[in-house]
Amino acid sequence: MHDLRGGARLLVVDDNKVNRLLLTRSLELQGHSVACAENGRVALDMLRAAASAQAFDLLLLDMEMPEMNGFQVLELLTADRALRDLPVIVTSSLEGIANVVRCIELGAEDYLSKPVNPVLLKARIGASLEKKRLRDQQKELVRRFATSEVAQDMQQSGFALGGRRVTGAVMFADIRDFTALVESQPPEETIELLNTWYTLMFDAISGHGGVVNQMIGDGLMAIFGAPLPLPDHSTAAVRAALDMIEMIELLNDDRKAAGKAELRIGIGIATGEMVAGYTGTQQRATYTCIGDTVNLASRLEAHTKIARRAILIDSATRASLGSDVAVTALGTVAFRGKAAEVEVYAVGRDSPAARERM
Amino acid sequence: MTEEAIDLATFAELQAAAGDDFARELVGTFLEEAPPMLRELRAALAAGDTDRFRRAAHSLKSNSQTFGALGLAALARDLELKGLPAEATPIDALVREYARAEAALTELRRA
Repeated sequence: MHDLRGGARLLVVDDNKVNRLLLTRSLELQGHSVACAENGRVALDMLRAAASAQAFDLLLLDMEMPEMNGFQVLELLTADRALRDLPVIVTSSLEGIANVVRCIELGAEDYLSKPVNPVLLKARIGASLEKKRLRDQQKELVRRFATSEVAQDMQQSGFALGGRRVTGAVMFADIRDFTALVESQPPEETIELLNTWYTLMFDAISGHGGVVNQMIGDGLMAIFGAPLPLPDHSTAAVRAALDMIEMIELLNDDRKAAGKAELRIGIGIATGEMVAGYTGTQQRATYTCIGDTVNLASRLEAHTKIARRAILIDSATRASLGSDVAVTALGTVAFRGKAAEVEVYAVGRDSPAARERM
Repeated sequence: MTEEAIDLATFAELQAAAGDDFARELVGTFLEEAPPMLRELRAALAAGDTDRFRRAAHSLKSNSQTFGALGLAALARDLELKGLPAEATPIDALVREYARAEAALTELRRA
């Protein structure tokens, strides 16, 4: 996505040199940068070579050309997934309204007859680019599963696949014994329960500046500190986890009153460096993080079952917590995929009641 | 044809929109490009190639309109619409009109 205020990148396709020079001049005077092709085939080659970089914002297309005429170009653009959304303004002195209609039917955004009036040209290009900008924006929001924070980050930074190193906290959470729960109730109730659980968890996590970037069945992954930096990301993650437990307890009060089974959750949090970025394809991407920190958080979450504690954290998370949060050292644990044993801490006081809640 | 070979209002608009220097250069380009187009018309007629003939006439029409060579544009448009003529007479008329336009444009370019 380019910043269109500073001028757009346009491709002028015309077999006639005088027309090419004059159009280029008019467009450059309007602040755009211009490339030229002398027939449809050359233009398509240029567009396809540039498609991944989205190098052109708009195409100005003549119709009557040797080798490949404008009608053929319009047909091929429509058939090409990568190019079908490129706006095309036809600039031609074709005779007959039927030809104009044909251009529009083939997907041309607009039609300007030659010689092109510079004022009209400016207005039509402005309108086309604005429409394209809105379309691009909508596409991004609709096509890509992303939270509002991620969508915002994409708009600000421009969308690029690939990662960067960030320091933050990663959280994994899921519902204990979910399979048994599913079997004990009708499917409609399970969907409703999942929706309630996700709503409550999203609320707790985003309330502390975290971003839920994956939902996996009855579980989720959240990041604190990316894509936007977050001061005290570890503390924020732990506070979010405490809120999550509190919300589950409120939910359980309701469920108990209705005679339903109570919900138990496990949460693992680890802090450190990770590689964060958009993975996927240009059409569909998700924001994610990978690295040891992420693996550790996942292992800690799984370990809550064995430790019979709701929230487990690593030493880096522990080190950044203030004294107002009660933490119990559980000693070291050997995790699969980890060379050295890892110190594990449980958030909350060690009490028979706390164990009982698990 | 007794009217002016170049419509001065159209030419002045071109100068205003693109700048005097650029308009001057553009006239130079046209005076280089037009003779091959006229030859292309004759060659297309000799070869009986309808598409080539229409394209050459179309290009000439389009450029003539840009510079305000309205008489030339009208003749070229006629050829574009009617297609291959039976004989070269309409092309001869076009070449004569081009000579008038060329002379007028050369004048304007010096001005």
